Amino acid sequence: MAKLNAKNPADGLLPLTEGEMTLTEVEAREIWSIAPYPGVSAGIPSPNRSTGKEGARMIWAGRDQALWIGTNAPDAKLSETAALTDQSDAWTIVRLDGAGADDALARLTPLDLREGHFKRGHTARTLVGHMTAQITRTTKGFEIMVFRSMAGTLVHELQVAMQSVAARSKAQRSWE
Amino acid sequence: MRITCPLNGERDLREFTIMGSVDYLDRPGQDGTIEALDDHLHLRDNPAGETRELWYHDPSGTWLVVTRNTVTHEILSTELAMEVGK
Repeated sequence: MAKLNAKNPADGLLPLTEGEMTLTEVEAREIWSIAPYPGVSAGIPSPNRSTGKEGARMIWAGRDQALWIGTNAPDAKLSETAALTDQSDAWTIVRLDGAGADDALARLTPLDLREGHFKRGHTARTLVGHMTAQITRTTKGFEIMVFRSMAGTLVHELQVAMQSVAARSKAQRSWE
Repeated sequence: MRITCPLNGERDLREFTIMGSVDYLDRPGQDGTIEALDDHLHLRDNPAGETRELWYHDPSGTWLVVTRNTVTHEILSTELAMEVGK
């Protein structure tokens, strides 16, 4: 049988730097959907919130639904109270950070990204351009998730937005 | 126009898709007449003013019942369709 090599969704596309912003791929080894059975809480985050930290994070992903993103699979005991589905190969996760990152992302999403409104640990199911996406603010920047098949489009959309913001701040500086 | 989803909070119209009148929640049962089914599918009021509709929040897959005013575009209330349909 042919030997198949695992490939990251954004292989060959990232990392990127524009101005002070950087776009990198987040390599999540395990991504699982957690859907608690009716009437059970199963300890998933409340709407628009995430819990845990990098390597063991749970983010709210819809009514009675959360996503586990970590280096290991979620605790097997969770399967007693929730339906677990392995989606590790189904998502692209990228991280946008640096000065101007919020301006770049604001060009693509209708979400209110201001620091006072969308704080660290907050997450949202929203749009990036025409794609449905999940945006989470972490200590390191914004983590943006889209379906794996949309990796190329996501990187392209973000790169154009980052270039525009970088060019604008460069022009601004030259006027001053 | 902005819609406040009970779960996702206040969001832009771009994130939503309209499905139509809230009447779609009251589908006639197996014992209903063919006329009732025909009414259910095709007969709609077209009010100038307050109306109740089903809306879908695409990114999170949430169904909502939105009460809005077709004249002023004001959103009067939003509820989870799941709770209305109980």
